[in-house]
Amino acid sequence: MSLGLKALKKSPWVFHVNTGACNNCDIEILDALTPRFDVERFGIVLVGSIRHADVLLISGPVTRNVLPRLKRLYEQAPKPIKVIVIGACGCNCGIFRDGYNIIGPVDKHIPVDAYVPGCPPKPETIIAGVVKVLNTL
Amino acid sequence: MELLGYIFDYVVFPGFLFTAIVGLLTTWVDRKVSARVQWRVGPPWYQPFVDTVKLMGKETIIPAGAARTGFLAMPVIGLAAATLASTILWKVNLNPGSSFLGDSIVVLYIMTIPAITLIIGGSASGNPLGILGASREMKMLFAYELPLVIVVLTSVYKAGSFSFAEILAYQEANGIMLGSFSGVIAFIVAIMCAQAKCALLPFDIPEAETELAGGSHIEYSGTPYAVVRLIMASMYFIVPVFIITLFWGGFNFSGWSILTSILKYVAIIVIMVLIRNTNPRVRIDQMVRFFWGPMLVLSIIAMILAVVGY
Ligand code: SF4
Repeated sequence: MSLGLKALKKSPWVFHVNTGACNNCDIEILDALTPRFDVERFGIVLVGSIRHADVLLISGPVTRNVLPRLKRLYEQAPKPIKVIVIGACGCNCGIFRDGYNIIGPVDKHIPVDAYVPGCPPKPETIIAGVVKVLNTL
Repeated sequence: MELLGYIFDYVVFPGFLFTAIVGLLTTWVDRKVSARVQWRVGPPWYQPFVDTVKLMGKETIIPAGAARTGFLAMPVIGLAAATLASTILWKVNLNPGSSFLGDSIVVLYIMTIPAITLIIGGSASGNPLGILGASREMKMLFAYELPLVIVVLTSVYKAGSFSFAEILAYQEANGIMLGSFSGVIAFIVAIMCAQAKCALLPFDIPEAETELAGGSHIEYSGTPYAVVRLIMASMYFIVPVFIITLFWGGFNFSGWSILTSILKYVAIIVIMVLIRNTNPRVRIDQMVRFFWGPMLVLSIIAMILAVVGY
């Protein structure tokens, strides 16, 4: 394992993408970042620019409008980048499956490393998902 | 041999390596104290080092619309300038004999270079938010530089010399600048300017994570971003040292005064972190009004007090 990857394990900076979620998953992601869970203990910080990201947290089914942006965001991210899908919507479109505007779950369009199911998942589940991805490094 | 000595000073101690390590530790103190203020545990002490190593292992992206040379060269120039400022300051504090006439002016000048490189780097990134951040950084530079120069002058006026060695010798002989009225006022103004120079919270207008997503840093990734973070960390280290040298008797590394030296430094850092954690970000016009209004008046009062002998 290279030094860079080892360090990545200790300081994963997350970037949050909403690809058409109902906003509930996003609120849970914010919950996971609050002082109560204190993820900065493990070096996890929320960053504002995709260029600084190590982990993409994607919530929501992919809508027609957001697909080009999602692909572009993935290309803009500096590699190595890990992608985690948050919520039932991202995993398999969830309750929006039959929507006229929905074109498939996230993994149809970009590679995904982990799925965190739940509608919405608890903050504990989200943190567990991030830990699982880091353990695969 | 002399050249080797200079290179050692610049690269190892008290230059690049020392500045980078202590600067990164300072950012850890910042994050830890912020965490404690928010009733959290906070990151472990090696967190900033891990961040730096990780960033060096990541891909470096040069955006399609960027001016390549300017974009990549600016962080390096900024880091070189920050290192130089730190080297001069520490050489003077460790050995007053190495001071030269006017070094306080030189350091004051060199300390603005990192901000200027960030302005150019942000403009070279080709990102609208980066350019916005650069323009805000420029406005901030205009705003805080004037009161800062005046308070530096109060210290210079009292010591009767532009060299750090004389300022330190004056404080040794007549008590620290902070012990006088003008010194206290100048110190307060200097802390406010330091807050703006390090782009910490009430004045983190050019970075503005929530609206500009990092401002002039927005397009930096990988190793260049690690360098940008090193610049910020070094500034966080240099500016308090500069203030301590001017107003608080400098550093002394013999016997027990090591402890008081470190305590002085930590005290200033904690003041800055507490200001950062208890204030929301101000608008640009509020910031300019603050520095050109109350801070300028205070710094002029300090100057007048120094001239009439308080
Ligand atoms: S998984 Fe549930 S909570 Fe999350 S975005 Fe979809 S519908 Fe909303």
